[in-house]
Formats: sequence, structure tokens, C-alpha cells
Amino acid sequence: MVELVAKSAGDGLLPVTIGKLSLTEEVPTALTSLMPFKGGAAALEAALGAGLPGPGESGAAAGGRVLWFGQNQYMLVGGAAEGLGDAAAVTDQSDAWVVVRLEGEGCEDVLARLVPLDLRPQVFAEGRTARTELMHMMSSVTRVGPQAFMIMVFRSMAATLVHDLKTAMQGVTARR
Amino acid sequence: MRVEGKGLINRGHPVSFTFDGMRYEGYEGDTLASALLANDVRLVARSFKYHRPRGILTAGSEEPNALVTVGRGARQEPNVRATVQEIYHGLEARSQNRWPNLTWDALQVNDLAAPFFGAGFYYKTFMWPKAFWEKVYEPAIRRAAGLGALSGENNADSYEKAYAFCDLLVIGAGPTGLMAALVAGRAGADVILADEDASLGGRLLAETHEVDGMPGAEWVREVLEELGEMPNVRLMPRTTVTGAHDGGTFGALERVAHHTIGRAGTPLECFWRIVAKRSILAAGALERPVAFRNNDRPGIMTAGAVRAYLNRWGVSPGKMVTVFTNNDSGHRTARDLLDAGVHVAALIDSRHDAPDCAGVRVLKGAQVCDSGGRLGLESITIRSVSGEDKLQTDCLAMSGGWNPTVHMTCHMGGRPVWNQDLEAFVPAEGAIPGMRAAGACNGVFSTAGCLRAGAEAAAEALDALGVAGGAVELPAAEDDPYRIAPLWAVPGKGRAWLDFQNDVTVKDVKQAAVENFRSVEHMKRYTTQGMATDQGKNSNVAALAILADVTGRAIPETGTTTFRPPYVPVSIAAMGAGSQGKGFAPQRFTTSHKASVERGAPMIEAGLWYRPSYFPVSGETTWRQSCDREVNMVRESVGVCDVSTLGKIDIQGKDAAEFLDFVYTNTFSTLKVGRCRYGLMLREDGFVMDDGTTARLSETHYVMTTTTAAAGEVMRHLEFVHQGLRPDLDVNFISVTEQWAQFAVAGPKSRELLDELLDEPLSEGDWPFMACGAVEVAGVKGRLFRISFSGEHAYELAVPARYGDSLFRLLMARAEEKGGGPYGMEALNVLRIEKGFITHAEIHGRTTAFDVGLEKMVSGKKDCIGKTMSERPGLFGDDREQLVGLKPVGPVKQLAAGAHLFNEKEEAVRVNDQGYVTSVAFSPTLGHMLGMGFLKNGRARHGETIRMVDHLRGLETYCEVIDPVAFDPEGGRVRG
Amino acid sequence: MRITCPICGERDRREFYYKSAAVALERPDPEAGDGVWNDYLHLRENPAGVTRELWYHETGCSAWLVVTRNTVSHEILDAVLASEARA
Repeated sequence: MVELVAKSAGDGLLPVTIGKLSLTEEVPTALTSLMPFKGGAAALEAALGAGLPGPGESGAAAGGRVLWFGQNQYMLVGGAAEGLGDAAAVTDQSDAWVVVRLEGEGCEDVLARLVPLDLRPQVFAEGRTARTELMHMMSSVTRVGPQAFMIMVFRSMAATLVHDLKTAMQGVTARR
Repeated sequence: MRVEGKGLINRGHPVSFTFDGMRYEGYEGDTLASALLANDVRLVARSFKYHRPRGILTAGSEEPNALVTVGRGARQEPNVRATVQEIYHGLEARSQNRWPNLTWDALQVNDLAAPFFGAGFYYKTFMWPKAFWEKVYEPAIRRAAGLGALSGENNADSYEKAYAFCDLLVIGAGPTGLMAALVAGRAGADVILADEDASLGGRLLAETHEVDGMPGAEWVREVLEELGEMPNVRLMPRTTVTGAHDGGTFGALERVAHHTIGRAGTPLECFWRIVAKRSILAAGALERPVAFRNNDRPGIMTAGAVRAYLNRWGVSPGKMVTVFTNNDSGHRTARDLLDAGVHVAALIDSRHDAPDCAGVRVLKGAQVCDSGGRLGLESITIRSVSGEDKLQTDCLAMSGGWNPTVHMTCHMGGRPVWNQDLEAFVPAEGAIPGMRAAGACNGVFSTAGCLRAGAEAAAEALDALGVAGGAVELPAAEDDPYRIAPLWAVPGKGRAWLDFQNDVTVKDVKQAAVENFRSVEHMKRYTTQGMATDQGKNSNVAALAILADVTGRAIPETGTTTFRPPYVPVSIAAMGAGSQGKGFAPQRFTTSHKASVERGAPMIEAGLWYRPSYFPVSGETTWRQSCDREVNMVRESVGVCDVSTLGKIDIQGKDAAEFLDFVYTNTFSTLKVGRCRYGLMLREDGFVMDDGTTARLSETHYVMTTTTAAAGEVMRHLEFVHQGLRPDLDVNFISVTEQWAQFAVAGPKSRELLDELLDEPLSEGDWPFMACGAVEVAGVKGRLFRISFSGEHAYELAVPARYGDSLFRLLMARAEEKGGGPYGMEALNVLRIEKGFITHAEIHGRTTAFDVGLEKMVSGKKDCIGKTMSERPGLFGDDREQLVGLKPVGPVKQLAAGAHLFNEKEEAVRVNDQGYVTSVAFSPTLGHMLGMGFLKNGRARHGETIRMVDHLRGLETYCEVIDPVAFDPEGGRVRG
Repeated sequence: MRITCPICGERDRREFYYKSAAVALERPDPEAGDGVWNDYLHLRENPAGVTRELWYHETGCSAWLVVTRNTVSHEILDAVLASEARA
């Protein structure tokens, strides 16, 4: 009888704590990409039991959190993806991304070294999300708390993500 | 010398440092320049070309002379301006461009030979023999003339780059900038106030002006305290805004740790990209020297710098100072020195109607026409109506007037405007969208005027931002007029220096004009005036004025040179921060990476991915041994290879089939569910873009495979075709490359291996070649594709990536039990060359479907991207170079990719070129080398002998032209 | 340089990928003839002034945009979705 052992995308890389900043891996129960077919948005919303977030927004849905994830694309983080199939292209992305949480005083300064995004709280408040470039990587950045961000890049780049974040965390901490 | 009771330095904190090995003491708050002057060190450098003794000219980042090297070894930093470098305990600074030392520099002979070294000297002299320029002349000149040197070691420091956003960026924190930030900050706007100095305050720290009834520096302290408490205001000291760019973006260099020795963990510099909705340029003004004979001796400084050293740093650069000016501001220097108890020998004002100055003899209508002294100023010669007089003095404070710092307003093509009253250029309005120049950089030179301008600029910015501002009460301050009569160069013989940094004299500029380099851009390049680290900050306007004079034109007519970013030198390390070493590009690791490395597999880069070359086993000493074994293993038993790096795109929607028919040359709407098909994709110009296998999972659901190299490009292409050309189609796609760990299981025993592993064995008949479907491994849902890139009976098994590591180890172990094992890129390459399968070595962007022998895959029944143009004349036919196989037949058995093909009897030169080799490998299956390449009319030439010549490697091999499919051409193995 | 993506708002240039002039959207009929296809693929205006270009918000929302830009002043005058620009 064979057995397969699961490994998370950030296996062996995290957690990291530098000064007041911490970086931890979050392993969502599922990541599901939802791309409504033409005219399917309303049906998808009904199936989700929630409205689809506008560009740059996120919200609770289907027992998880749904992020706006690009043009005509949403990412259900956690939650139940069953029964959503007809109105949208539903694609399992649970293993495609490494999801990390950057938390602590100065986390905005850390991200300011990596992403060309305006992260000021009045612009990028809790719940705001963006697809952007993190150093040289496609990424998703969401503010999940006053001093906390959820960051996603493709799974294969987990080591680079951690390297880049660590370097920025060290730079920010050394200046305090 | 230090002047008691003056300065903003912290006398309670002495700081010791060395300069050229000598130990000195200064105080916290000193720059290297102020501390050296306090220690009566006047000679600090040798000039660029003539190696003339030079001292400190200015007190800011525009310094042309006092460039030093700071630190040692890998941390050595050349060309640091002593006027910017703050001192710290243990600072080690050294002078540059001298040998053996500053006071006796062997190359000062250059100065004696100066008559030969004028403008254009090199161009005229070192003309022949031609070959000597690169090998002899240039290296010799470079050694003799120059700045500091790099260590040649890897840079040991770390650097950062960062982004910042604000409503209003205020550039410069003098009276204008502080007032602007205060007004905007109080109104609640998000403000960044950046200044290149360690202490904010600008000229208010260097002058004795009162503001609001208190000393200027005290007012600065109060304002900074208020600004510091505002959460909406960010103060950025030691940060030089270096450029104004498109869309309200500014570059800025922050010197994070240059003022400390303890650099561990702290970046040395940070390069900022600041995005601002509005900006206020409050960059101040720079004082001009006056050109006269020998005006470059240590001890001759700008008058404003002398005031700065006195008022801010409590230093008098001389014991007996003389002032030489053409405007009122020079008088301040005399007054401040007198008030501080420093002896002022005379005030020489070139204006006949100059005002008096209490306590000092004012020589009106007089000029300084020469200076004397060996390594520093000892005397000056004054010319007046009554003749020439010599005066003993050890410091001359000169002022030729002030140039508004217009640089930033020119960065987007704006041209400054000549202002006759100021005898200076002022910024053109609206030169940078959203930017307003205010205060001294806009030609307003009084303190009151600057405070007013700052407040007004802030009010205007607030208005544009839609932020309500309150009433502003302007603090009281001096509002003296600025009076000037132009004096660019004092007439006379000898060399009068314009550009101290590049050793350019008045004569050089005149010579340029005589030789018809009359355009300012030509003059600049011919004389080198305005180049190097100060970029002409001290000399541009004077040089222009002299050029205008010799060419009989007015200054505005003569023009200006173009100021480009950066405003101050920026290290490449800061601009490229984060991109060195591992930060250069993301590293992409497969889930099998760890297990492969544990097996000792050397990893090679494939795009951003890392893939195993081969898996050595004990006893193998060369890669070829491993590779041959792995090839044989796949042909004879079973091999396992990670193919997760190939791009996988999930395509869903009711129009998915129609969409695929449009992007692929062949038809996918006819593909049965549960089957795969090889597809060929063209660019619109008819050339091959990519290829790969696409599987149909349901009527409306496909999974496309791309090559590793083109995965990103194909995704972008699909999005373009959908959004740009066929938005009517109801189809969505998303990359699933990272979702799946996918492994090739290839070889005669592949099925046997899978049957042991899968929860349900593969049923006979259900899994023909090109079948695909869902399977389960240990309860994990996966996908199985019966496809082959090796020509063997093979499968690709995909599971969610979290199980990739585990599955790969399992596959390796099971394969080894059957006499197989893992194989790497080398073996994969050999296997596909034996089968004539193409990769991007063949579809390199210049080959067509016809060239690779796949023209039949371009369906005649439908339109597709690239179809029309693939049918144009020239893209098919006998003249095309067509894909062939190559097999060595002569005594030389070696083949080389990149080599060219020639007819047997023809000379191996370009005109006879018949084609080229794209891929080669040693085939252990066939026992000789095999090549793939493109040969003119190649398909008709199978059986011919052709000559392969590799000029680079000196290789010549006779080959037989063969079918690209060298092994198992009937394909029996893949179907068996 | 900053581009205002109609979906994401104003973003840094480095999130975008440049393709070509916006004429790439006007794909001719397959039978339109060599001349038309040659123009479509190879002939481009090179204006000192206003130009329409295709940009892809690659690391952002993945939308293809038609960006109207002045090559002299670098001013970006407009950015709309390519999927809507054709209609």
C-alpha cells in the first residue's frame, strides 16, 4: 500500500521573526479560482451566498474569504467550492500558491521595499487587495489587519519570496 | 580655525577621524570639510587633469574639488564629497589622484606642460598610429587623470530600494520648503519633506538671519518639532531628490549609513521612488565663483560657503579673510566674519556703486586678478583704477552671484528662462506637471520672500489636491533686495578656472569657440566643461556667458546645456538594490528539487527553473556516463522525470474548443473527451511560436501544455487573442502550472510501475496512446496522460503539488526496483533528439511549420492565428532551410550545435552557407552522435553527404543527411 | 511612468508589458490580401505626438489595454480595456 505525504509550499522556510516583524506560512484549506462565464456573475453570487468583490476588494463568502484576483477573476480562500460549477470556471489552486502572513510594526515599510503599491492606510485599508509585482514576481497582496498583510506568490517561488521578505525585514529592523 | 561661540555643532561630543593617515578631532555635526578647515587643513585634493593643489570650494553637494575616498578594502568608497560626508568616530578618509602624496604629487608636472594640454589636446595629439589609442594613449591618460578608484572587490555593503507615496513632495527644507511643509501639513495633506542635508533648515542654518524674532536655526528647530509630531508628514533628511520623472514619480537617494561606522544589517543607501500628486521644488540656489587667474588655490572659496562654515560649523577658513563680490550677498560674509571677531582684510566689490560695509575697507569697482601661494592662498592681486596692488590674505570669499537650482525643472525637457535682473536662469513654469518651483530656486533670494513663496506654493498645491488650508501667518524675516552687476571672468592673462572639477579655463571655452564649437552642447563636449560628478553646477552659467561673449550672442540666445537626472551621483548599487545575487531573478524550484539534490544531481537553470542535469550513481565519473545509462534505462526499463516546469493552462468555457481552433494550427474541437493532441501554435506572422499537448477533460474543459520556456509568452498571447481579437468567445483560462506536480514515467516498464502505484490498475484498452483521465494515487486525485517525449511507452502522472516530493521519491524507488530510476535533462534531450522531437532550439522564432515538416498540421478548413501569413511566398518551398537529421560519416565523429553546413566541395564561407545545426547528442541507442539542423531543401537531400564546419571550435565533420527521426521511425514503441 | 488601469487604478509602469501599436487589434480578414496583411503586421506610424499602444497589465489584473500616449510629453491621455476598445 502506497502513501503520499503532503508538504506545504513554505515547508522548511518559515516562520521567521526579525525584530518586531514576523513572517509565517498560512495554509488555507483550499484556494479556488472562480472565473464567471459570460452572464454568470449573478448565478455565481447566488451560489456563493455573497456579492463578488469589486476590483481591489475582498469579502466573506461560502465560509471563506473571497478576493478580487484580476479581471473577471476571484479567489476563494478557504470555504467550500462545491456547487459553483455551472456559472464559472472553477479551478483548484490550493497547491499553486504559497501564502504567507507578514505581521508587526513596520510591515508597510517592509512591503514598500518590494511592491510598487500605495499602501498608506487611507488608500489600502484592511480588506483591500491587489495583484502586483513583488520584486520580480507576480503576487497578490491583501491587508488583513492594521499591521498585517497576506501575501501570495506562485508556489515554486516560495524560497525567493521568503528571501526577499527577510532581506527587507532586516533592512527595516536595522533602521529602528 | 574654530571660532568660539559660533556654530550648531555639538562641542560636548568630540569626534576623531583620520585624513591621509593623520588623526584629527572634530565635533558631532561636522562634515569632513568643516572639520578639516577647523584643523587648518586647506589642501585636500589634486585636480583632475593638471594635478593642481585644490582645497574646499563650497559647503554642499555641488563641491567640485574636495573629493576623497572613505573606508578601506571592499568598503572603499571613492569620490565622496568632503562637504557632504559627516564625520564619525573612526572615519578614515584619503585624498585621491595624487602620487606619492598630496603635498608632493609627481604628476604636478602636467601643470607645467599646461600650454599643451588645452581643450581638444587629446583629440589633436594622440591621433596616430591609430592602434595606439586603445593600447597606449588611453590607459596612460586614464592613469594620470582621474578620480578615486574602486576597490575591485565585491561590494560588501547592502543597499535598498523603496517606494513612497504622498500628496505633496517638498524638495528642499530651507525656509521655502519648511514653510510649504508646515502649511500643507497643518492642513492635513500627506507630505514628504526631503532634503539632502543631515540637518534640515537649508540656508537658515548657514546665515545669521532672524525669523519670527528668533535666530533662524531656532525657528527651524521649532518648525521641525511641529512637523515631527504630525502623522501626515514624513521628514526625509540625507535624501537627495535626484530626478523628476513621468507621472509624478521622483527618484531620491537616501544616505542611510554613510555617517556611521556600524553598518551591520543597515543598508548603506536606499534609492526611493516617490510618487507625489503635487510637488514643490524648494531646492535653493548655488553660488557662482568668479573666474580670474589662479582662482583655484586652496583657501579661495565661495562667499556663501565661508558664511556656512562660520555660522553653522563655527569655523573660519582663514585668519585674515578677503571678500570679492559682484553682488550684495558678499557683504554679508564680511559682516558675519567681523561680528564673529575674524579679521577681514578688505571687501572688493566689482561694482562702482557698491554699498559700504561698516568695519571694513570696501574697494569699489575693483577686481581680484591673480592669487599667490604654493599649496594654499597667501596673497591676491587687486586691480582697480589706481593700478594693481598685492594683498596678504589666507582666505578669499568670492561671490559671482547665485544660480537658482533649476535642474529638476529640466528633467522632462523644460528649458530654463534667462532673468536679466538676477543675471541667472530661472525655471520655466509648468516644466514638470504638478510641480511648482518656489523660493530661491525660482529666483526669490530674501528670507521673507522665500517664506512667502513656500506658503503660496503650499496653498496652490492644497487647492489642487482639494484640501482646505487655513489662514497662514507669515513669520517676519529680512527682505533685502538682491543687487548684482555681472562679472563672469576678470580679464587678463593666465589661466582662470571655470570648471574646477574638469580643469576647464576661460581660455579653453574661447578656444572651443575659435575652433567653431559654438553650440553650447559642442563646447561642453569639446572642453569637457560641465561633466563629472558636479555636472557643471559651479561652472555652467559662467561658461555659457563666456561663450556668448566670444560668439557675440546674448546668453538666452546661446542657450543652456540640458540638465538630466540624477542631480547628484547615484551608485549603481543603490539603483539596482535587491537585484544582486539571489535577488537578480526569482528562483523557481520544483517539488522534486530537494530529492534531486539529495541524489547529487547537478541542477541547471531552465529559464527561472532549476532542473536536474543527470543523477550520478557510484562509479560514474563523467556526465556522459550518467546520461548514457539514463537513456538506456528509459529505452530498456523505466525512467522518471519531473516535467512540472512545462506550462499548463486550464481552459474552460462553452467556446473553449472554438478558441483553441483559432490559436492552434490544427483542430481541437474534434478531439474526443479523454484524449490528448499535439498542437502547433504560430505567431501572426506565420512563424512557429510554441508547441505542446492539449488534453480534453470535458466538452468545455481543456488543459493546454506549453514548453517551459514559452509558458509566460503563451499565456500573454492567449489573453491577447481573447481580449483583443475574440472577446465574443465565452472562455476563461488560468495557469495551473504550479498546481500540479507532474512526472514523466517512460519506458517499457512504465505501465507495470503505474499499476503498482495507482489505486486502480489501468484497464486494458482504456489507455491507448494519447489517452488522458482522472486517476487516484493513495486516495489522492490526480491526472494521467499517456503522452511521450521519449518515443517510449510513457505516461505523465500529475498530483497536487503538495504531494510532489512524496510521489517523486516513490516513483524513483519503484523504478529502481525495476532496473530504472530518475533521469535528467541531458538524457531527456538525447531521447528526444533520437526521436527528432523539436524544442525551442528548433522553433527559435525564425522557423515555420513547413521548415520543421509540420505544414500538414496547418488545417485548411479554418482560420487560425498565423495561417494567412504562413502561406505567403518565401515561407515554404525548396529554398527554405528544412529540418533534417545528421549523422557523422567521416573520420571525425563529433557534431556541434551552432555549426554551419556546407556542400562537400565548397569553401566554408558565408555565401556558400547551406544551413546550421541546432541540437546534437551522443546516442547510446545508435552508438554515434546525432544532430538536428536546418538544411536548404533538406528533405529532398536525405542520403547526401554534407560538411559541418564549426569555425569557433575548429571542427569539421562530414555528415550524412538523414530523416530527423533516427530511432523507431514507425513509432511502434510508443504505441506498444 | 504610471498608467491608470481602468480596473486597478493608477499603477507603476513595471507592472505592465508593452506589445505594439494598437493596430494589432484590427486583424484583417484572412482573404484580405498580401498588401493588407503586410500593412497590418509590419507597417507602423512613428509619431512625434499622440499614439495608441497595447499594454498588458501582466502582474496586475491581466487586462490588455489600449493606452493613448504622447511620445513627446510622455503624457498618458487615456487607457481603456482592449476588449472594449474594438467595439
